[in-house]
Amino acid sequence: MSKTRIKKATTHVVQNEGLLFEESRPGRIGYSIPRLDVPEESEQRLLDPRLLRDDDLDGMPELSEVDVIRHFTRLSTWNYCIDHGLYPLGSCTMKYNPRINEKVARIEGFANLHPLTPPALAQGALEIVFRIEQCLAQITGLPAVTSQPAAGAQGEMTGLMMIRAALTDRGNPRKKVLIPDSAHGTNPASAVICGYSVETVPSRSDGLTDLDELRRHMSEDVAAFMLTNPNTLGKFERNIREICQIVHELGGFVYMDGANMNALAGVAKPASFGIDVMHLNLHKTFSTPHGGGGPGAGPVAVTAELEPYLPFPRVERDEGGDFRLDFDRPKSVGRVRAYVGNFGVLVRALAYILTHGDPGLREATETAVLNANYIAEHLKETYDVPYPGRVMHEVVFSDKRQIKYGVRNADISKRLIDYGFYPPTMSFPLIVSGALMVEPTETEGREELDLFIDAMKSIAAEAAENAEQLKQAPLTTKVGRLDEVAAARKPVLRWRPGAGSSRTGSNSA
Amino acid sequence: MRYIPNSPGERRSMLADIGLEQIEDLFDQIPEQLKLREAIGIGDPMSEPDLLDYFRALAARNRTEYQTFLGAGAYSHYIPVIIDSLISRAEFFTAYTPYQPELSQGTLQYTFEFQTMICQLTGMEVANASLYDGSTAVAEAVLMANRVTRRSKFVVADTVHPQYREVVSAYTRNLGLTIHTVGHGEAGTIDPTSLGIDRDTAAVVVQSPNFFGCVEDLAAISEAAHEAGALLVVAISEPMSLGILKPPGACGADIVAGETQSFGIPLSYGGPYCGLFATLDKYVRQMPGRLVGEAQDGEGRRGYVLTLSTREQHIRREKATSNICTNQGLFALMATVYLSTMGKRGVQEVARQNLQKAHYAAAQISKIPGFELMFGAPFFNEFVVRTPQPADQVIIGLLDKQIIGGIGLERFYPKLNDAMLVCVTETAKKEAIDRLVSALA
Repeated sequence: MSKTRIKKATTHVVQNEGLLFEESRPGRIGYSIPRLDVPEESEQRLLDPRLLRDDDLDGMPELSEVDVIRHFTRLSTWNYCIDHGLYPLGSCTMKYNPRINEKVARIEGFANLHPLTPPALAQGALEIVFRIEQCLAQITGLPAVTSQPAAGAQGEMTGLMMIRAALTDRGNPRKKVLIPDSAHGTNPASAVICGYSVETVPSRSDGLTDLDELRRHMSEDVAAFMLTNPNTLGKFERNIREICQIVHELGGFVYMDGANMNALAGVAKPASFGIDVMHLNLHKTFSTPHGGGGPGAGPVAVTAELEPYLPFPRVERDEGGDFRLDFDRPKSVGRVRAYVGNFGVLVRALAYILTHGDPGLREATETAVLNANYIAEHLKETYDVPYPGRVMHEVVFSDKRQIKYGVRNADISKRLIDYGFYPPTMSFPLIVSGALMVEPTETEGREELDLFIDAMKSIAAEAAENAEQLKQAPLTTKVGRLDEVAAARKPVLRWRPGAGSSRTGSNSA
Repeated sequence: MRYIPNSPGERRSMLADIGLEQIEDLFDQIPEQLKLREAIGIGDPMSEPDLLDYFRALAARNRTEYQTFLGAGAYSHYIPVIIDSLISRAEFFTAYTPYQPELSQGTLQYTFEFQTMICQLTGMEVANASLYDGSTAVAEAVLMANRVTRRSKFVVADTVHPQYREVVSAYTRNLGLTIHTVGHGEAGTIDPTSLGIDRDTAAVVVQSPNFFGCVEDLAAISEAAHEAGALLVVAISEPMSLGILKPPGACGADIVAGETQSFGIPLSYGGPYCGLFATLDKYVRQMPGRLVGEAQDGEGRRGYVLTLSTREQHIRREKATSNICTNQGLFALMATVYLSTMGKRGVQEVARQNLQKAHYAAAQISKIPGFELMFGAPFFNEFVVRTPQPADQVIIGLLDKQIIGGIGLERFYPKLNDAMLVCVTETAKKEAIDRLVSALA
């Protein structure tokens, strides 16, 4: 296959490395701590020998500091990351992670602060929680925010718990949650944890909520309608006020999934849509690092009506200006996580918000939407766009035009890897067959977007010219396509002593 | 805005490229009356130096210079310098969850290593890629026990971290599950012979070392649970104890759920931390969360993939085993680097020092007139001291000497107003322990 079309990347030697356990050698030491400075007692006297471990931590590695550094450095080179370039995963908002945010989160006064420090000695931390909740209230327009949930999915669960508690107070928790067919999988899964059954509402042919279908499904058994806005097709639900009205008329609540807030911050406040509760993914819109899959944070913003149900404790400010933790919340849904939440993530997100200020947040949103539309415009002749027209922060293509060559979205994605890009979100939303969902974010420059557009066009040409070869992609990575079916059939989920150090994983070169 | 590469001129030209005149045109999907016409209200952007000053000033109002003896689920252990060096590599911290295995082998391999080490430490057969934290891991364990046994009653020891129990209560409240809390005995542990287990009991949930620092008799509890066909869920908030204590897997645990913060993760006022979750092979398909497994490519090369994902929300939606989406990737990496750096011998040494120092401190405090150990059960690095005045007063008295001596237990256990939970790890020098002792005397 011709490599001359590939502009962004060049193949490069990477180092092989086995598992920690294979690299381990008895007697190697990688740590340094002071000697014990209190008189030593016999362990057998302090603990009943029956309680003591007798396996000498069998299998745990023994490595020098250099071994550890080399091991993880080598592993790191096998990853793609946002600092390598465009990471166009739709609905994931992979934007640049500012280094100043990393620096401030590591200040000793934050990093070394114990969560049960008396509040008088933790005023700075409490002020940060208070301030970020205040900022998020301003960004959403909703009056109260909890920053306790550890992730978006936990935020969804927390929001639905509050809805359930409010309905229970009104006399009936109700039975169902309505979810559009384009929703994230976490929505139905979160509803189930809150004791609700799930009913799916089909979308219209233009991808938006079908108001007639919503009316048909809506009843006094429905606790909430969960809606992502802009939705997962990148379309703004322009009938959102009417949607809220339909749900409210029958006493239901509207839950907005804020995963796509990067399309709205500074441009619209969701409170004005008429919604009741929403979560925000700080690791998306507010740039806290995704960290290879966490940690994130999923604060939840609510109306005044739902405020009494927020998780405890709440950070409150006394008249004297001192911050305290308020546990006296009789209507609270309780606690969804130990301590105050993912504090380190809150620090980073606050740094992001303050760095941007009002004009910066708006500028980021505008540029994110511009970048998405720029890609949509330049690829619409090459790839099928199942829901055409202007998009917000992301655009969904499909593999419809390539299928005639036997080329599917997975093949296009895997070939993009050879072109130096991480692939888009695949096969989501579920209402699009062969979906390729692209979200560039505002932190990409035009030349990176152009390279991506070129790569996508070039792959479309390859599909027509030489589909069979394309289906072998990626050709340039440390490992090729892995057999996921076999891996799931006979799962090997850990290394075991005696498994040997068959370096079958190493490139033989 | 320095994080936006395109200049205003470039943006104008891109806009023209798509046939629009002004940025405002991009938002024509949003009805006019829903558009924000004023500023958000946060204020002007802050420059980098101003931002640093702002956060430094806030950090200074957190008095981390105090000598603390705080534990209760968050522990001060030495964090080797190389952890931050390695997790600061952009390839780790700016990567997404490993959807495309060919571009994520670094993340996938360390996660496989993390899973392996959690199995080795806990003595369990299979561990997942991590959960949010210890509290939510225990809540997920309860939900899983309900799926496995199809029973709905849970016996939970009151010696499980009170905040973990609060989270369990929030997670189970709407699902028709009932929680029976069993009290501790005089020794500070629960009595395996009077747990109130019956044929409706899905699981017994205990923590060891428990919230008082005491080691529970897991083998006896396991026997009692299994006799009634219930599972044993063991919560762990101080995993460093596994360097010396018999692992729950060797005592009959069916699920181990807990916290890995002790393994190189900064205290950071309570989070982010990293939950661990381990169980037996036979229950793997009922597990919550991500799992990484070994796989081969067409040329027989070894690699790693996310596997058994038919349990998960993105495939199973409302039938998923959990609503959790990802894990705590970067913090699982911290724990993995910690355990690799400390290694077998380092973890054993840290555990030994915690045991010795805590017992030294306990012995010294017990010698002070009016103070004594409240419980007789064996302990690891935390213990409860009975104080001559209400514990909260004793603690306030110590603050003048820049010591946070422990946690008053009254707020968690209203009857224990004369009880102070003290934690002593390897980071407390003998001189600091002696200073605490003389301040109490």
